[in-house]
Amino acid sequence: MALQVAEAPSAGGDSDKQEFKPDLERIEIELLLEGIFRHYGFDFRAYAYASIRRRLWKRIEEEGLGSISALQERVLHEPEMMEKLLLDLSINVTAMFRDPGFYVTFREQVVPLLRTYPFIRLWHAGCSTGEEVYSMAILLREEGLYDRSRIYATDINEVVLQRAKAGIFPLDRMQEYTDNYIRAGGKESFSEYYTAKYGGALFDQSLTKNVVFSQHNLVTDRSFSEFNVILCRNVLIYFDKTLQSKVHGLFYDSLVMFGVLVLGSKETLRFMSHEDCYEQIAPPEKIFRKVK
Amino acid sequence: MYSVVAVGTSWGGLSAMRTLLGGLPEDFPIPIVIVQHRGKDSDQMLSRLLQEATALSVCEIEDKDVLEPGRVHVAPADYHVMLEPGFASLTIEEPVRFSRPSIDVMFDSAAATYGEHAVGVVLTGANEDGASGLAHIVGRGGRALIQDPKTAEVAIMPQAAIRAVPSAEVLPLARLAPRLVELTREESKPRRTRSTVV
Repeated sequence: MALQVAEAPSAGGDSDKQEFKPDLERIEIELLLEGIFRHYGFDFRAYAYASIRRRLWKRIEEEGLGSISALQERVLHEPEMMEKLLLDLSINVTAMFRDPGFYVTFREQVVPLLRTYPFIRLWHAGCSTGEEVYSMAILLREEGLYDRSRIYATDINEVVLQRAKAGIFPLDRMQEYTDNYIRAGGKESFSEYYTAKYGGALFDQSLTKNVVFSQHNLVTDRSFSEFNVILCRNVLIYFDKTLQSKVHGLFYDSLVMFGVLVLGSKETLRFMSHEDCYEQIAPPEKIFRKVK
Repeated sequence: MYSVVAVGTSWGGLSAMRTLLGGLPEDFPIPIVIVQHRGKDSDQMLSRLLQEATALSVCEIEDKDVLEPGRVHVAPADYHVMLEPGFASLTIEEPVRFSRPSIDVMFDSAAATYGEHAVGVVLTGANEDGASGLAHIVGRGGRALIQDPKTAEVAIMPQAAIRAVPSAEVLPLARLAPRLVELTREESKPRRTRSTVV
């Protein structure tokens, strides 16, 4: 695969090229990402450029270095530096019942569709530390669907998957999550789902009875099954459009006909080659149904 | 010579932005991107209120939206906005100094991507977000405009920006829109931003 950072060749004229001529920093970043890919196998080359750039500079500043090239020297020669950078480059910001309105709509619009299936397979792609997986498990249980559901929760990063499996979330966020849960149409008392333990909130382990956590790389791995629902919220925003389109191909191939694709509230299928294969079920929520 | 106007504001921003946008002509030739601090659950009300005040078309940014000439692109609640060549990306990286969206994050990306073709504008606000980002815009050859603190509902944000960028043009609120129009007309040949879908 060629370098696929955001500055892809433009259809514009020469004046445009001049205006956005790659500067030295861009060259350095592309070289660093190429080096990381070839030496370590982690492929960040098609990630959204501005965000990658920002996180590289944060690492450079923390290490007291002066340039991207200086960071490259360290990263390529010190695996420990790569480890640090890997954590910098994977965004693991998430929350339980983030965007409560989405969960309300999911209950109202998607759950009735799911009731028509004898067995429901869901794929949570890019599940990070698992907050949204537990949220969906709670929702399915409250709707009486959990026992015939299986959730495949995947992430590129083993470290966050281990945390997702453990199901221990910070106690100081429980107030926020409780508020979200109530506004998400929760039917029970949220505190019944966890106990304060190990310095955190340990979630009811029966919620993961039907969850399979496993490592999967959206950039390089293939489809591994067929699903009724794919959830991938605020993951693809870190990819450039070319890679987004490729991953949408993967999702399309992994959904059954009339299966449901869920994106983050500010994500879109516009300009994706599979745009026409879906209909949006309940705008403005980004819940799409595969129709062809 | 300019390709994008990047605007940051916080407390008092709605009224100030209505004045600013209300003063721009329908054929304003470059995109405007706005970060206004607001609650993470706030809806599209902000965009609607801005739309009422301007002839330009106002939209809330979705990931990878193309930046269009004469269009007002508003950062959504609870996301950072980063400018790329001709489009905007969203992220949910950690809040920066308690803010998501953060003005500094948007300004930094404007500086890195657009360099001397970026205009940064800091309006009223009750914190110092935007000051360091504005300095980056100027550091890469772009231009800085700051609302005169005397005309700001809250002076803290413009004052911090002035400290960070002493060379910035400081103008009363009512003068900002006419100045933006002048700046975009400085070069006789209109420049369009790249709006190619990548």
